[in-house]
Amino acid sequence: MLVFFYLFAAAAVLGALGVLLLRNPVYCALSLVATMSALGGVFILLNQEFVAAIQILIYAGAIMVLFLFVIMLLNLRSDEQFIARWNPGKVVGIAMALVILAQLVGVFTSASATLGPAGEYPAERIAKEGAVEIVGGLLVTQYVLPFEVASILLMVAIIGAVVIAKRQIAKPSQEGR
Amino acid sequence: MIPVTHVLVLSAALFAIGVSGVILRRNAIVVFMSVELMLNAVNVAFVGFAYGLNSMTGIMFVLFVLVVAATEAVVGLAIMLAIFRNRGTLNIDEFNLLRW
Repeated sequence: MLVFFYLFAAAAVLGALGVLLLRNPVYCALSLVATMSALGGVFILLNQEFVAAIQILIYAGAIMVLFLFVIMLLNLRSDEQFIARWNPGKVVGIAMALVILAQLVGVFTSASATLGPAGEYPAERIAKEGAVEIVGGLLVTQYVLPFEVASILLMVAIIGAVVIAKRQIAKPSQEGR
Repeated sequence: MIPVTHVLVLSAALFAIGVSGVILRRNAIVVFMSVELMLNAVNVAFVGFAYGLNSMTGIMFVLFVLVVAATEAVVGLAIMLAIFRNRGTLNIDEFNLLRW
């Protein structure tokens, strides 16, 4: 089981490095799909089959297909200058990313970082009651307010995307321009 | 039993790669993908903590992070379509209209 975790983790990191280093945006998107599928495997190993399913359905399925559609629609050329232009800002940026990595790893692996008291959902209870049932029950009881706010957020996003992305229709007041 | 620390280190690595992508890449869509990668890294940390703590709170956070990521992708890509229509490029070095 640990071996599979390392396999999926290595695949996820490789895909992420592909997003960082590949030049063509289409290859970047496909690399990110690989990362998200590998993370789905990691979630299954962590006893969260429901999260793994929505990870693959929504992230790898829906969101990345949206990215690919936009890339195809815009017909981007892959002549991005990546390594050619090193400036001090980029060096500082890489240094900052490394500092963030060092700090996160340092905090996560430090001896004082211990987990708090265990909650009431061990793996046996999740396996017995079903992850979907537990998540659904919590969504309409304890987390009902965030759930409703999320629905409003989704509706705002749909309307906003339609308004922003549609072509400008010439209004009568703008016809003189 | 997978050590929670290893899951968290995976999350930190993915997050750092996402940060470097946002800083280094000049293509706006790839920058956007790096932001999605960072959101995914946070999801990994949430699921890792939920696994280690026998809790479902992290899973609920993952669901709401997913909602925010989906809305962000939809609105962001719509903005990119509009920008590409106006400027003809997605190189973020050339978006300096708001720079003072």
